[in-house]
Amino acid sequence: MSQWTTICQDEQLSANLGICALVGTHQVAVFRVKDQVFALDNFDPFSGVNVISRGIVGDLRGHLVVASPIYKQHFDLATGQCLEDDTVSLNVFPVRVHEGAIQVKPAPLVRHIAEQVA
Amino acid sequence: MSGKQTLVVVGNGMVGHSFMEKLVAAGGLEQYQVVVFGEESRPAYDRVHLSEFFSGRSAEDLSMVPEGFYQKNGIDLILDEAVIAINRDTRELTTNKERSIHYHKLVLATGSYPFVPPVPGHERDNCFVYRTIEDLQAIAQAAGNSKVGTVVGGGLLGLEAAKALKDLGLETHVVEFAPRLMAVQVDDGGGAMLRQKIEALGVQIHTGKNTRLITDGEGAVHQMQFADGEVLNTDIVLFSAGIRPRDELAKQAGLVMGERGGIVINNDCLTSDESIYAIGECALWDNRIFGLVAPGYQMAQVAVDHITGKGSSQFAGADMSTKLKLMGVDVASIGDAHGNTKGSLSYQFIDEEKQVYKKLVVSKTKKRVLGAVLVGDADDYGTLLQMMLNGIVPPANPAELILPQSDGSASAGLGVAALPETAQICSCFNVSKGDLVGAVAAGCQDIASLKGSTNAGTGCGGCAQLVKQVLDHELTQLGVEVKKDICEHFPHSRQELYHLVRVGELATFSQVIEKHGRGMGCDICKPTIGSILASCWNDYILKSDHAPLQDTNDYFLGNIQKDGTYSIVPRVPGGEITPQKLIVIGEVARDFNLYTKITGGQRIDLFGARVNELPAIWQRLVDAGFETGHAYGKSLRTVKSCVGSTWCRYGVLDSTSMAIAIEHRYRGVRSPHKVKMAVSGCTRECAEAQSKDVGVIATEKGWNLYVGGNGGMKPRHADLFATELDDETLVKYIDRFMMFYIRTADRLQRTSVWLVNLEGGLDYLKSVIMDDSLGINQALEDEMTHLVGTYQCEWKTTLESPEKLKRFSHFINSDQPDSNVVFVDERHQIRPATKQEKIQLKEVI
Repeated sequence: MSQWTTICQDEQLSANLGICALVGTHQVAVFRVKDQVFALDNFDPFSGVNVISRGIVGDLRGHLVVASPIYKQHFDLATGQCLEDDTVSLNVFPVRVHEGAIQVKPAPLVRHIAEQVA
Repeated sequence: MSGKQTLVVVGNGMVGHSFMEKLVAAGGLEQYQVVVFGEESRPAYDRVHLSEFFSGRSAEDLSMVPEGFYQKNGIDLILDEAVIAINRDTRELTTNKERSIHYHKLVLATGSYPFVPPVPGHERDNCFVYRTIEDLQAIAQAAGNSKVGTVVGGGLLGLEAAKALKDLGLETHVVEFAPRLMAVQVDDGGGAMLRQKIEALGVQIHTGKNTRLITDGEGAVHQMQFADGEVLNTDIVLFSAGIRPRDELAKQAGLVMGERGGIVINNDCLTSDESIYAIGECALWDNRIFGLVAPGYQMAQVAVDHITGKGSSQFAGADMSTKLKLMGVDVASIGDAHGNTKGSLSYQFIDEEKQVYKKLVVSKTKKRVLGAVLVGDADDYGTLLQMMLNGIVPPANPAELILPQSDGSASAGLGVAALPETAQICSCFNVSKGDLVGAVAAGCQDIASLKGSTNAGTGCGGCAQLVKQVLDHELTQLGVEVKKDICEHFPHSRQELYHLVRVGELATFSQVIEKHGRGMGCDICKPTIGSILASCWNDYILKSDHAPLQDTNDYFLGNIQKDGTYSIVPRVPGGEITPQKLIVIGEVARDFNLYTKITGGQRIDLFGARVNELPAIWQRLVDAGFETGHAYGKSLRTVKSCVGSTWCRYGVLDSTSMAIAIEHRYRGVRSPHKVKMAVSGCTRECAEAQSKDVGVIATEKGWNLYVGGNGGMKPRHADLFATELDDETLVKYIDRFMMFYIRTADRLQRTSVWLVNLEGGLDYLKSVIMDDSLGINQALEDEMTHLVGTYQCEWKTTLESPEKLKRFSHFINSDQPDSNVVFVDERHQIRPATKQEKIQLKEVI
């Protein structure tokens, strides 16, 4: 139902360096890893703060992951699943590179129940 | 009367004291009233480590006697009094203070005296021997107005003494009668290599020299004249030409003596008089004197067993193998080093480049290791010694035991698995392989805890390598992995990665992972390699190649807090700050509504800055002359100081200026973990330097340097590393220490843990840094010079780059702040709102 929202130009998203976009009222962390683009919650459920975009990305046991900069849990970039705790995961959003722009759809692909304050 | 018999011990040296400890442990005090005589003014001290008296260990540090040991056990310890006669008929002793005492049992532990060759002139002033603390004090005093010192004797003790003279700052010579150094322990090849190495350290060696006369010198106190007509001018002569048993008392008493001296004893350590024992260096067993401390301790045990009747050990000779570090040079001699056994075969290996000499002696049948000589690299000592002692059959080609492997690792050796449980690993504390295996099984799974629980490796340190091998082997057996890989992407430890980067001149993470790793990397290896790259090449850490490697702290050049904001710490070198700069910090904090707190490192931390505020805050700070404080980096934090001699009544040196100089030198240097330093202006130690990675304390004679201290979670008192340094030497040592730490530590390993786990410990570190035993000091200094020369304030560089500044916003597509960052007021400053408070605030809105 929801529309693609342009968050920035393609060249503003460097490889392996996350950014955070405000999509509606929601904070989305966006990464480019191995020529793929990923979008997840910027909210870190372990620390309760908006910092996922500032995590270091990499691969772990076959998953492409981002590590929370606060307590270092790893989240699968494609599924949002936390590798250390299978009861926790982040919402994952549709994202694409379209006509030189990075676009995100505000409706999560999979809605996880994350307790957010803000 | 107690009805107890009287036992008198003559001599309170290391062996005499060991006898007392063993007697007490065996309950001997229930049977005997004990009187101990010592002719020196202090109770037993560690003569083996006597030379450390010159590197800062005090007489108290060297003492072997636990506080109150003699009083507590009701033993009469009579010092400063020599026994001069024994009347065996009446069983009475007489002392030089005209005391008489009756004995039932007598133990002679009179030790030895240094042999002084009867050269005319040997009694001149400034001619010394090297045996007691008093000797050392006299030498140190004479060294004050001397330039040249000469040791007569190139044996083990002579070279120790030469080191002491060198440490005292003298031009040092060694004169040896034999054609090579350490003639007893090593062969010609080993002696030649040893000479080369010791000469490289600046000690001049003269072998084959027969001293004929010591007379007035030319431009020096003495002139030594040799049989070959040559002369040597020197201010100090130090005789260290071997030892002789102190047997005059026994001789006077008519006990059976050896032809060339020494009190003859049997396997029970009894002399020819069945109520008199002799132990240690005064005793002659099977026509041999044992000039090492370990056999003396064995004799002490045998004598205790016999006197108390509570044991039945016998003295059966002792292995005289030794391993030691002479002026940083490893030397070891095992068993039949000279190949004197009939039909024995020997193998030799010489590496002139690395200056290593190894010789292995095996039996005719090649089924037994008989002896070995190792110079320059004694890593094989433990293995070869164990093979000899336990009769382990060497490989078909025994030379493999000393040849380097083609992959550059140590020689083949034997697996520790081959050793029997009873094999003694640590001879200083008599720790067997079985003891170590038990301790590992009981939970000691690293070197530090294994050493702590068994004492293995804490004496001479000769067995450290072997202890480590036993540990690794046992851990493997127990299924504990001993891999040191930093993560799944690199099959290497941090130390290995450092070398791969440095040697391969790799400049980026992609090059490193492509050549040496697999996959993409992760939040463990990326910051580690980012740090290693910075330690090697010191690029700007936010350069595009490096930026994705950095933890958020390094990336935003601040310290992330629990609410996702950052704290800011401007550098305040040495804790010294002008009122004007204090005002600027106050104004910035006020204008940006930051929480301020004074840190433990004598600076000011400003909390609650949002990512988008960081550049504006830093612009103000940089404009006012501040630099980044690297509070976010694994790098030097602060150099804490007191006001020193500038203001303080007690200060002896200008600690503040030194602290500022040191902080300016090492600021920004990336290391395996954070590094803290401090400089105190006197021994009152107000800067708490002994709890820092690097601590400097002023004394009247210069700086004392401490290393490996830590506060925090696991406090550790720093070790005294060097004393009375001038400014230049101090900085040189810190340069080398820092680079050696950077080269070899594990990821996130502080210097305290690094030092505890360093094989060979403090002595090894000293040999590397002070004696250049690895020959790397020039490289270490050059590497540090590069880092110092390429320092930049990362905030200043960042503020000059509009490209980099774009990164400092919370949203890529909005200027709004993060609405989840909420502050409340507490004690007139901000603090992060709790979750509960955030909900309440939301409801109010």
